[in-house]
Amino acid sequence: MSGAALHIRGDLRLGGRTLCPALDLTCPGGAWTVLLGPSGVGKSTLARLMAGLPGPAHLTGAITASDGAPPEGRVTLMAQSDQLLPSASVLDNVTLGARLRGQRPDHARALDLLERVGLEGLAHRRPATLSGGQRQRVALARSLIEARTIVVMDEPFSALDAATRAAMQDLAARLLQGRTVILITHDPLEAARLAHQAHLMRGDGLHPLPLPATPPPRALSDPATLTAQADLYARLMQGAA
Amino acid sequence: MRRLWPPVAATVFALTLWQAVVWLTAVPHFILPGPARVASALSGNAALLLHQAGFTMANLAMGLSAGVAFGILSALNLAMSPGARLFLRPLMVFAQAVPVFALAPIVTLWLGYGAPSKVVMVALVTYFPITSALFDGLMRLPPTLDDLARQMQATPLRRLLLLQLPHALPALGSGLRLAAVQAPFAVIIAEWVGASRGLGHLMLISNGRGQTDLMFAALFVLAGLSLGLFWLADRLARHWDRA
Repeated sequence: MSGAALHIRGDLRLGGRTLCPALDLTCPGGAWTVLLGPSGVGKSTLARLMAGLPGPAHLTGAITASDGAPPEGRVTLMAQSDQLLPSASVLDNVTLGARLRGQRPDHARALDLLERVGLEGLAHRRPATLSGGQRQRVALARSLIEARTIVVMDEPFSALDAATRAAMQDLAARLLQGRTVILITHDPLEAARLAHQAHLMRGDGLHPLPLPATPPPRALSDPATLTAQADLYARLMQGAA
Repeated sequence: MRRLWPPVAATVFALTLWQAVVWLTAVPHFILPGPARVASALSGNAALLLHQAGFTMANLAMGLSAGVAFGILSALNLAMSPGARLFLRPLMVFAQAVPVFALAPIVTLWLGYGAPSKVVMVALVTYFPITSALFDGLMRLPPTLDDLARQMQATPLRRLLLLQLPHALPALGSGLRLAAVQAPFAVIIAEWVGASRGLGHLMLISNGRGQTDLMFAALFVLAGLSLGLFWLADRLARHWDRA
């Protein structure tokens, strides 16, 4: 499964105010683009716009895909909250999309995906009986079954503990291979591990960030990853000061 | 056992106070019968009371079922159709502003002294809390789930049944609790306005005959009935809270 590249152009505006001017971002097809930045700069707002969801903000330019077709219906958004239905089983949560569209849910595929995200045997449990990491795995399986080629992730792992987060990063990198991923995060280590390209999003625009030459996902133990993390921290703190 | 003694103590206290008032004021028993007299009226007329309570109970059950069923259908319809909301909401607000109890004489005039007027009164009184509680719950889908529905291109009906309805069940539970409290009022008022049987009818008759002890006994049976009904509604609502 190969994702198209996504182009984002224009000023991100909220009311009469410009949140982030002169965006000109190309997210290459099949690669991870990471947006780092302080709170309130409009990262989540931009994520919603990319996913085609309504919100108070708008873009003066446009979001287009490299193959010319409109991005609508090809983008899926994974948010920090897993949005699982408490009254439905894990399996029914994974097949929610088909059920919401009135299609026949593909249980075999859902079970296969649950196995691939490491949740075999938990298909009939309720979300409340799962850990935070397991719940995000269910959300990941629910995104994967949708077969969307462009995946926007808005801090999907930020509520998880450090070890679970690292495991989820590896899992997402493996399972989303080939798709165009835009990851929004506060976490410099996450950016250093997962990004093919990374940008710092600030009130004055986007700033490209340096990354190690090795392809992601980069090992936690790789000194280059940790150096990149330290460098990203420094640049984030520069902006915050 | 620990949870049982406060209500028992409160009951004993209330009965003692009641008996003390009867002794101290030497009030005639046709104005205020003492607990012992009411108890003997209860046991002496057990068959009569149960028989009359049966009619009241049946009307309550039918009216409540109809009110809940129509309430749920109305709320689902309102949530589905913006046109229905535009047209029906003002009507519903107006209808809610009319004290439904004031309709009892009219309902009795139209439907007669039999069961239908009682059932309709109970249905009318329970319809509004159910409709408005469930409708509010249905319209309060969390934004994150709304996003999910949009992204997955949900059909409006599926969105309603799979996302909105499960989310609104606790609200429906609140409406049901309210309806269970209101329903006994409605059935008794309807029986007062005109009936040939039922606890409300029995209370009127015994009042007219100066059998105040029997009237109190009927009142206690009615209170038990109302408590039982609320207990049932609460059980169901708790089940929905957990869902």
